[in-house]
Amino acid sequence: MQADATLDCLGLYCPMPIVQTAQRIKELPVGEVLEVLSDDRGIEKDMPAWCQATGQEYLGLEKNAGEYRVYVRRKK
Amino acid sequence: MTLVVFSGELDKALATFNIANAAAAMGMEVTMFFTFWGLNVVRKNRGLSKPKDFMRRMLGWMNPGGAATLKLSKLNMMGIGTRMMKGLMKQERMPSLQELISMAAAQGVHFIACTTSINMMGLTEEDFIPEVKEFAGAAAFLGEARQGHVNLFI
Repeated sequence: MQADATLDCLGLYCPMPIVQTAQRIKELPVGEVLEVLSDDRGIEKDMPAWCQATGQEYLGLEKNAGEYRVYVRRKK
Repeated sequence: MTLVVFSGELDKALATFNIANAAAAMGMEVTMFFTFWGLNVVRKNRGLSKPKDFMRRMLGWMNPGGAATLKLSKLNMMGIGTRMMKGLMKQERMPSLQELISMAAAQGVHFIACTTSINMMGLTEEDFIPEVKEFAGAAAFLGEARQGHVNLFI
């Protein structure tokens, strides 16, 4: 999946990936896609929940040998 | 979301601040009410600034404040367990309690310190870290708790 920016959260555990996502997404123009890299299994459920709570768009997740790439579009 | 922080133990404080930070990152308004032993989590790392009598002075010695002095609720093992846990956290690149506290304040979490506990323990406003901006009682806290969806007692 294509992304306009990447946030590397490898090696970081909850809540750091979503705390950093919350900060990083504010720096993106509305409509752009942020790719978040994480090796914390929790991200599979954490990110959709975060998107639902904040009104951002959850685009999907790619899993590759314990490494997750999660895609979020800034909607507001 | 509101949290009553009653415990002054490191593991409980870590869990508390992890949740508070996650909630703030999700756009929730978070208020933390520190009472009793929970006051130790947000005190400066030292004894009482103005102990008003002998009992308070004794309590100050036995109950030093500050996030750096907190112990695990289990397996403290005279401080060894706590040191080991901090070592593990560093190894796993987890933020320390002090970092989680700063992060919470930076994300707009409200810190309220319970005035009743403060008086009982002989503390004053100067004994607290700058992140604590409000000193109030149960009614003030409950006023916020009533409006929230989630309330936790730790």
